[in-house]
Amino acid sequence: MSWTRKILRVDLSKGSCKSEPLNMEWAKLYLGQRGLASKYLSEEVDPKCDALGPDNKMIMATGPLTGTMASTGGRYSVITKGPLTGAIACSNSGGFFGAELKYAGWDMIIFEGKSDKPVYLLVQDDKAELRSAEHLWGKTAWATDDSIHATHQDPQMRVACIGRTAENGCLYAAIMNDRHRAAGRSGVGTVMASKNLKAVAVRGTQGIGNVDDAEAFASATNDGKAVLAENAVTGQGLPAYGTQVLMNVINGVGGLPARNMRDVGFEGAEHISAEAMAEPRKSDGKPNLTTNGACFGCTIACGRISTVDPTHFSVKDKPQYQGSSGGLEYEAAWSLGADTGIDDLDAITYVNFLCNEDGMDPISYGATVAAAMEMFEDGVITTKETGGIELRFGDAKAFVALTEQFVSGGAFSADLGMGSKRLTEKYGKPDLSMTVKGQEFPAYDPRGIQGIGLNYATSNRGACHLRGYTIASEVLGIPVKTELNDTDGKAELVKAFQDATALVDSAGLCIFTTFAWGMDNIAPQIDAACEGDWSVENCLETGERIWNMERLFNEAAGFTADDDKLPKRLLEEAIKHGPTKGQVSRLGEMLPKYYEARGWTADGKIPDETRQRLSL
Amino acid sequence: MQKSLNIDPGKCTGCLQCEMACSYEHTGTFNPSRSYIKVFTFHHEGRFAPYTCTQCDEAWCMRACPVDAISVDMATGAKVVSDDKCVGCKVCTIACPFGTINYSQATGKVVKCDLCGGDPQCAAACPTDAITYVDADWTGYDRMLASAAKSLPSAEATAG
Amino acid sequence: MQHLIIGAGPAGVVAAEALRKADPDAGIAIIGDEPEPPYSRMAIPYYLINNIDESGTYLRDPKQHFADLNIEVVQQKVDKIDTSGKTVTLGDGSSRGYDKLLLATGSHPISPPIPGLDLPQVHSCWTLEDARNIIKLAQSGSNVVLIGAGFIGCIILEALVKRGVNLTVVETGNRMVPRMLNDKAGGLLETWCKNKGIDVHTSCSVDAISDAGNGQVDVSLSDGSKLDAALVITATGVKANTDLVADSDINVDQGILVNRRMQTSNPDVYAAGDVAQGVDFSTGNFEVQAIQPTATDHGRIAALNMAGQGDEHHGTLNMNVLDTVGLISCSFGLWMGVDGGDSAELYNADEFQYINLQFDDDQLVGASSVGKTQHVGVLRGLIESRIHLGEWKQRLMRDPTAIMEAYVACTQELSYS
Repeated sequence: MSWTRKILRVDLSKGSCKSEPLNMEWAKLYLGQRGLASKYLSEEVDPKCDALGPDNKMIMATGPLTGTMASTGGRYSVITKGPLTGAIACSNSGGFFGAELKYAGWDMIIFEGKSDKPVYLLVQDDKAELRSAEHLWGKTAWATDDSIHATHQDPQMRVACIGRTAENGCLYAAIMNDRHRAAGRSGVGTVMASKNLKAVAVRGTQGIGNVDDAEAFASATNDGKAVLAENAVTGQGLPAYGTQVLMNVINGVGGLPARNMRDVGFEGAEHISAEAMAEPRKSDGKPNLTTNGACFGCTIACGRISTVDPTHFSVKDKPQYQGSSGGLEYEAAWSLGADTGIDDLDAITYVNFLCNEDGMDPISYGATVAAAMEMFEDGVITTKETGGIELRFGDAKAFVALTEQFVSGGAFSADLGMGSKRLTEKYGKPDLSMTVKGQEFPAYDPRGIQGIGLNYATSNRGACHLRGYTIASEVLGIPVKTELNDTDGKAELVKAFQDATALVDSAGLCIFTTFAWGMDNIAPQIDAACEGDWSVENCLETGERIWNMERLFNEAAGFTADDDKLPKRLLEEAIKHGPTKGQVSRLGEMLPKYYEARGWTADGKIPDETRQRLSL
Repeated sequence: MQKSLNIDPGKCTGCLQCEMACSYEHTGTFNPSRSYIKVFTFHHEGRFAPYTCTQCDEAWCMRACPVDAISVDMATGAKVVSDDKCVGCKVCTIACPFGTINYSQATGKVVKCDLCGGDPQCAAACPTDAITYVDADWTGYDRMLASAAKSLPSAEATAG
Repeated sequence: MQHLIIGAGPAGVVAAEALRKADPDAGIAIIGDEPEPPYSRMAIPYYLINNIDESGTYLRDPKQHFADLNIEVVQQKVDKIDTSGKTVTLGDGSSRGYDKLLLATGSHPISPPIPGLDLPQVHSCWTLEDARNIIKLAQSGSNVVLIGAGFIGCIILEALVKRGVNLTVVETGNRMVPRMLNDKAGGLLETWCKNKGIDVHTSCSVDAISDAGNGQVDVSLSDGSKLDAALVITATGVKANTDLVADSDINVDQGILVNRRMQTSNPDVYAAGDVAQGVDFSTGNFEVQAIQPTATDHGRIAALNMAGQGDEHHGTLNMNVLDTVGLISCSFGLWMGVDGGDSAELYNADEFQYINLQFDDDQLVGASSVGKTQHVGVLRGLIESRIHLGEWKQRLMRDPTAIMEAYVACTQELSYS
């Protein structure tokens, strides 16, 4: 089975914690984690509700493979209506929290209502209770983690919590687990804060002993691990360089946006790349990268563990930041570096630490700062608003000062916390927001790489590379190479990636496995673990069902085809130089084909026959 | 030639596949809280260290046991707990200066690494060769023993 | 070479085995006066709850083990030791000569000065015979008074609770296990026991026990309360069995005084286990520890020295682990701390969690904990190896639960690939 078949329902208004059986009919249609929790959300929450009101719910959900020996089987997701976008939000995180939740005997936790006072949820196997968190409110995520560990005197306890930015209302606040892993996007941490829920602390000792066919499971997961080990990306590239291996690659092909996407191509890319992270520095002879670290059960281990140069201005007199901590992943290195025009590796590593410590999404944060920088350079924002900081592209000292000011709720933090859509609207420059559905883009420029633009535009949670990572095909040639600037076939490519991703996100696995794994590697692992038919075909259909269900939630929330769009800049301002010079995003060519491939109407609606086909 | 677990912390990524494999072998569940090998994380240093019983010659646990519940597996050299004999008195858990024999609330007995009868599952599951099962005369093992011995001058003083 | 060992407890048995290993040809005999094969008192609590039968308490398989090692086990009382003639006289009048003699005669429970201790409802809990008597009287629903909440008292608590008796514990100290845990930790045990329905009276003693008829006794406490009981168990400590050497050339203090080779004042006579007053690792003083790990260490060290292969011992660390109705506690070394040393402590009464570390400069010298079962042995490792913790001391001051990390970091090379 692999599901624990139990849900923990926590009513924060009443202060109650109740166990209920998992709806196995739904589990067979939506698998787990992203899919299954989205189903619960769709059934239980009015899509038009205020994301930060008590009517919204927040679900922490594991997948059936979470906590098993399947490689990367340690994920959990947070599903809720997102405050940044108003759309369905689903933020996936690794680390160790998800597996611990499963070991405590829970497939998911549904949080509803709102607590009067700050609380944290303590889960020790079957026992769950809300405890006062008044002593934790106002603390960083790291301090919260430390404090909870000290209270319970259990080094093995796993904590997911919010930092100060969520408390301060930042709309892209993350939920941090295991110190530097994040359910990062769409403001799921802000929802948690709105419920006065500071942390979830879990200790699970029950384990998972109910895989459907233990022998088949061992065989399928071992095969899967061998495939990952032998693959150049998952076996060598990611462990050695992390996702940061992409910095120079994407820059090289002409797909790296810079300075709020004013430019494509960043001259400082190599200084903030994986190669730079491995280079010993002058001061102490150590490289930025200490080692690679794995999330639970992951045999890839792409995680970066880094230090900031102890003589660097950002940490010089701050010994607490001179140790190792979660280092730069590609998206964060881009948003905090290229998008702000900053090529100071230590500065952006330090800012990344602060993002982890106080729990905000570095993609949205960096991109929002980039929009603010552009407005500052245009004179729309001045030092009056920024608290005296000269907020110019490329100024590492300004960025560090701004971030320290931001995490502690100082000047300009309310503005920056809105995200770039609301920020640019406030200052009358809405076209400078590089967002879809209010969520900031990650690190691939839709002018240089066509398919990813279509994926951004149609992503159910707003701009996101992780809903359909066509970069694998368009840049890396996985599973087949498609041309960057072609639009032909991109609709089908995007659909295939989106559906497969929805399935992987619902299984408890990490999407990075798909650099090496196809559905024919994944389906047998699910099939061996879970009762029911989990053939390749059924897995793909499940992925498609999940995608369409999310779309239906958004439709009910008021989203239309008009929201499947990219900012004007990407459609009109051609790339000025480099290998992709002259290109713009040709979204208009791809979108109708995408709707058609999905079996939707020309205006992006899901017709009855498609719903029926997918049992929706 | 007897074999030993050789642990190279420098290669460990902290994925805990070893803990899952160990618990699965011994309890039939994926359950790190019941693993006999434990990966310790050093956040500040950015290091991971898998750690379990070295099957030391002194066999502090075996000596301290009041009911003869711990014996040497002649094939592997492992010090093995007999569930039939262990009464759960926990004396061995304070006697072992390495902290590698522990009381299990789940079973009411003590548990420790038994080298899986000669096919240690932690080593089989380790994706980075941080844990290997090698001939005991391999030089790396000497280094491990040396660093363990360094920690216990008193053990040598009475070894006889 | 004839080795004679008086006492068939852990110290005697381990010594016999170590002697055999060291000297394959020597004559080795263990003389014990209890009717059962060599057994462990540590297992008695588990015998009381029927987890094991009597044979589960045996130190070794009595049928084969000693015969295989060619160790003679003699069930006799020893009446007399003649150290000048190097002979001992047994209860049956026979005598045996020795080249080296080991005294591993153990200890006996102290009887507190309370009137009525000779009533048939009053028992100590020390021997298998005592355990059988307790089982007979501790029937479900009957009232039982336990005098003494020390180590022995605590380990039999669970057995008594599980037998369904109504239990009252009377302890003269201000807390439970005062010789093993401080106020906070002892207080946690007391609350825990009370939550389990045990009536605990601390700073309280029993004034008198008297026959109430109907097979019951009346128990009067110093706090004025009066109880009736079907069974009274005394567990107020033990004293070394030194009578055999009372008028000999062997020096006795609290126990038989031994040097770092476990040798008594007579060079051919050694002592080990509860009867021996040997070197304490932490203080360097000579103390009677009367604990299981010390008994086996003593036995082995004595044996090696008797066989001429031994070394001077660095001393045994005082340590205890205790399961009090499911709440596990332990303490090591100088758990009460040293003058001028630092300490670190975490206390969570709601969760029955406690840890306390005591440092001398940057070395750990003592520790105690409640509610912890994982890796506690490493506290011994840290103390006994006298590791300089360096920067890890400060980390432990901040987070004393990181003991295993401290140990691993201080003893393992974290990277040598």
